[in-house]
Amino acid sequence: MNVLDIKDLTVEFPGRKSVFVAVDDVDMSVDAGKILGVVGESGAGKSTVGNAVIGLLQEPGRIAGGEVFLHGKRIDNLPYKEKRLLRGRKIGMIFQDPLTSLDPLQTVESQLVETIRTHLPLSAKDAQKRAVELIDAVGIPNPGERIKQYPHQFSGGMRQRVVIALALCAEPELVIADEPTTALDVSIQAQILELMKKLCEERNVAMLVITHDMGVIADITDHVAVMYHGDLVEYGETTQVLGAPQHPYTQSLISAVPRPDVKVERFPVVNYIEKAGTPQKHIDISTHWLGKSRDYEKISGPLVQIRDLDMRFEVRGSVFPSRRKYFQAVKKVSFDIQQGETFGLVGESGSGKSTIARLITGLYDPTGGSILFGKTELTSLKNRKDVLAMRRQMQMIFQDPYSSLNARMRVRDIIAEPIKFHKLASGNAEVRQIVDDLLDHVGLGAQAGQKFPHEFSGGQRQRISIARALATRPRFLICDEPTSALDVSIQAQILNLLKDLQEELGLTMLFISHDLAVIRQMCNRIGVMRNGELCEVSDCDDLFERPQHPYTRELLDLMPSMELLSRANLETS
Amino acid sequence: MIGFATRRLIQALIVMLVVALLAFTMFRFVGDPINQMVGIETSIEEREALRERLGLNDPIPVQFLRFVTKAAQFDFGTSYQFRQPVSELFAKRIPATLELSLTSALFALVVGIPMGIYAGLNRESPISKLFLSVSLVGISLPTFFIGILLIFLFSVTLQWLPSFGRGDTVQIGSWWTTGFLTASGLKALILPSITLGLYQMTLIMRLIRAEMLEVIRTDYIKFARARGLPDRLVHFRHALKNTLVPVITITGLQLGAIIAFATITETVFNWPGMGLLFLQAVQNVDIPIMSAYLLLTAFLFVAINFIVDILYFYIDPRLRVGRP
Repeated sequence: MNVLDIKDLTVEFPGRKSVFVAVDDVDMSVDAGKILGVVGESGAGKSTVGNAVIGLLQEPGRIAGGEVFLHGKRIDNLPYKEKRLLRGRKIGMIFQDPLTSLDPLQTVESQLVETIRTHLPLSAKDAQKRAVELIDAVGIPNPGERIKQYPHQFSGGMRQRVVIALALCAEPELVIADEPTTALDVSIQAQILELMKKLCEERNVAMLVITHDMGVIADITDHVAVMYHGDLVEYGETTQVLGAPQHPYTQSLISAVPRPDVKVERFPVVNYIEKAGTPQKHIDISTHWLGKSRDYEKISGPLVQIRDLDMRFEVRGSVFPSRRKYFQAVKKVSFDIQQGETFGLVGESGSGKSTIARLITGLYDPTGGSILFGKTELTSLKNRKDVLAMRRQMQMIFQDPYSSLNARMRVRDIIAEPIKFHKLASGNAEVRQIVDDLLDHVGLGAQAGQKFPHEFSGGQRQRISIARALATRPRFLICDEPTSALDVSIQAQILNLLKDLQEELGLTMLFISHDLAVIRQMCNRIGVMRNGELCEVSDCDDLFERPQHPYTRELLDLMPSMELLSRANLETS
Repeated sequence: MIGFATRRLIQALIVMLVVALLAFTMFRFVGDPINQMVGIETSIEEREALRERLGLNDPIPVQFLRFVTKAAQFDFGTSYQFRQPVSELFAKRIPATLELSLTSALFALVVGIPMGIYAGLNRESPISKLFLSVSLVGISLPTFFIGILLIFLFSVTLQWLPSFGRGDTVQIGSWWTTGFLTASGLKALILPSITLGLYQMTLIMRLIRAEMLEVIRTDYIKFARARGLPDRLVHFRHALKNTLVPVITITGLQLGAIIAFATITETVFNWPGMGLLFLQAVQNVDIPIMSAYLLLTAFLFVAINFIVDILYFYIDPRLRVGRP
């Protein structure tokens, strides 16, 4: 008998005017010791399935139809109190962000003990013993001591282990993991996935893994359910679904995943998901304002030369210099970026890659070293006019499209602001025309200018950010994780747009990402960073085929294997 | 922890010195102290002698130092109107004000916190909405008006409670008089402490409600529910404790405000406390009382702030260890 059976599940969110159906008539089941993956993009309803099973649907959502069985016993219609007793006891849950899912004011031990004692008739002492065993089982060294600590004393990966221990407190039969590794670095992700797989087998637990990441699906799941807009579009064994996808949505989803193994010219885009935003009106770059003679000095050789760049932050201030503490974010980094190329920086969080972007753009002042942009030494610029002239030549696209646009400005004003500030156009009419053309060019259409940022999706907002960056006619574009917050299909569109723009405008790019597959598709040369140091710089294909530095090899090994994924329709496109 | 406490103590001392300077300036330069002390018929020679005797001809820093040294020993000089040492006057009045303030602070906390928790957890319930509307009244009506309203209702119309004074008091020790021990004393406390505490109560209630709504949405509360913890644990152990840091900050400041600014309520209820004394001092330009009151108020705020800062440490473990 299956541990979990979901039959014809429908979840509705009644709104003021209409009812939004988040999950529509979905069937799936998981057996003990097996892992079922639920995959889909944002808004597909995959998290809602998990919440419906555990009985934690957000208000005003409700199960409008169908049944949920746990070991053959129907659980979706239980009264509140019985449902609550199932949670934790029979069904455990693992959340996405380990940094926020633990109560910051309680020790790990007290959170474990209270959960154990809620469900099992143990004395405080036995519960404590059990808590230590659990912490040991999820692979946290020194469990007896660490258990007395507070969540903030653990790293992200360790906290996720604590979360897993909490989910396993009362030996549940089913564990629901909602994006369990999305907030973690690749190396930590690999460890956590391995741990989950091991626990699942050892304890004979059924697991429901909800994720947007095909790599996670390929790595650990036995079965997979593909969801799209509340519908279950494909369901079967993982090897079957990923190897020979039947439904066009599954095919397009798989083909949009960036390939780590071979470099392709463009990302295959299938217009199944979101209207891919094609330029409404093509601008002739040779005559348009955007492509007009860029009054930049001609240079030979690299556009950006970074030498012995150093950056340290004061962690603890003190009157006495000897008592001050520093964090060295960037250590003696040197590299060049050639004109017209895309230089990639890859590394885990905290490796200093974003700090370098901020140093180049002048958001931070370096504590040592030099940054040569063309013929100008950026670190010695004093005059405000010179600084502005330099800033106009370089623009940045940020990671989070939700917080990088001013929510109280119309899109048109957001894009016009840099043009007006740098006085790049004469008169409001011309500015207006340029803004409309830019919006057309990034695929949003001129009418988008009248709206406010919140009316757009993440992908569209990132297009607005790109239009804003282009508005100063820069020659150097810094992209700091531009697609990390986006779904794969949208990611493919945005990356294609960046590639097109680079070609048309001859842009030089610094592309920062933690995703090796994306880096491989986008960059000509790549630098690998760890702990503020640059381990290795080499050509794109060399790095992937013949990695020199041991850390690079380690990173490459950690990439989830995508061999299962069908590339059939990639070959044809 | 100890380093933090010492740093805060030093900061508190600096604040107190600055306030002392203000009080000293007021004392020394607002009007001529000699003129205030002596009659019109005193001769210029006598005035000069008095000036010399009081040290008013010494250099200003020396005078300031003397002022601070004396203040540190609770010697604030002699009141012009009462011809008594200020510290004695204060000692007589302080018990009344402290008892009133503490009772109203207790009332604000005991009523405000549960109301706030309830309104935060049951956002849509009619009772929460009633709480919110009533609290709006509490915030918008001025204190004296509420006081007069209560007097009219409970003293004049219903004749349940006294409208002025402290009732019978009992002497404890050499100078503390308390109204807590007699029935009439307790009855006399009810109206003024509600009047004084109503605003703080609504403030605390609204603050707790807003913080609760915020905390209830966090991941760790969702995770606590997903672990099947009973609502009691989720609400009180996890949610409430996480709302406390801002609540303690505001409550501390408000407690200071209650003690320092009970003036209006004391006037309305003719309460024999510090506020009334201060008001008389302002009317009669009694500078020593005013500057001493300034110092006392500043001391209260600094002390309460210091205690609040220390409390943070006990509530939030993230502050206890140095950041990595």
